Amino acid sequence: MSVETSNAESAGGLTEYIVHHLSHNTVAGGTFHVDSWVIALAVGLLGCLLLWAQARKATAGVPSKGQAFVELVVEFVDSQVKDTFHGDRRFIAPLALTIFVWVVFMNAIDLLPLDLPGWIIGQVAGHEVAEHTYLRMVPTADANTTFGMSFVVFFLIIFYSIKAKGGWGFTKELFTAPFHAEGAAMKVVLALPNLFLNLVEYLSKPVSLAMRLFGNMYAGELVFMLIAGLFASWVTFVPGVLLNAGWAIFHILIILLQAFIFMVLTVVYLAMAHEHH
Amino acid sequence: MEFIANVQAFTAVAIGIIVGLGALGAALGIGIMGSKFLESAARQPELVPMLQGRMFLLAGLIDAAFLIGVGVAMMFAFANPLLAALS
Repeated sequence: MSVETSNAESAGGLTEYIVHHLSHNTVAGGTFHVDSWVIALAVGLLGCLLLWAQARKATAGVPSKGQAFVELVVEFVDSQVKDTFHGDRRFIAPLALTIFVWVVFMNAIDLLPLDLPGWIIGQVAGHEVAEHTYLRMVPTADANTTFGMSFVVFFLIIFYSIKAKGGWGFTKELFTAPFHAEGAAMKVVLALPNLFLNLVEYLSKPVSLAMRLFGNMYAGELVFMLIAGLFASWVTFVPGVLLNAGWAIFHILIILLQAFIFMVLTVVYLAMAHEHH
Repeated sequence: MEFIANVQAFTAVAIGIIVGLGALGAALGIGIMGSKFLESAARQPELVPMLQGRMFLLAGLIDAAFLIGVGVAMMFAFANPLLAALS
């Protein structure tokens, strides 16, 4: 990364601005993205706190506005789970609610102004420190976060498959699933293509879940950075403001939609894993 | 120097192709799906709320591959690993 970051920074201007804003705050030799982890944790705790505060003073009488809103969200998620998952949903529905609320909160950080943390650090600690501090604000625009979540979903899929079919049944189905055969010879012949197809089917689920969320959020952030480049001159300032507003409004839809899709697909995959043939 | 220019030129063309073809596919997909939705909404207006929810879900899924492509293309634009291999 050394040549083109130094080239990009010496090129100056918009490229340097974007490269600075795309760099993670890392520890442990540049491998662990501390900013994503801390923000994801903080936002998750905030979500827990908000939901818990409403649940604590929930009444069966006339609900307050906050309680009504939380009930709206919980019922929305529960109806989605009820439509798809036909089994004991005492674990799946809270899992879906966690995914939905957490991903919405993490994605929503993208709506904060891009330069806000840098400006705050500049006010508090001075310009030089702000120049050398890197912070990527949106945890879901980091592939590590989204892959972490989708790996958990992947392990849950395997867990539910084994729970529904038994350990031996699960392994057997890996080798006999789409193509069925009668005679022993044909079974051996078809075992390898079956395994290949099953591996592709199982591995594509977490990868597509993670990449879909990551791609949407990363591209969204990047477009915000590119539009920020329009604020450089007075001529393009007003179009820049309008474009920024338009993209932010569109992005609100994308934020909610991607969280919804992650949740629905998780529930659908778990429902598919739970059914046995 | 010429190696660097070569790599950068091909990267630029590749970015254009990735984003362009992705946009083409996504736009066609949404167009076809939207037209089917409008047809079925005209046939059975009472199903519109349910169909609308499903339509948004599908729109997100269709856009996914395109946006993943944009993410990859932007990575090549700003943190080109092919260029880093030259250093």
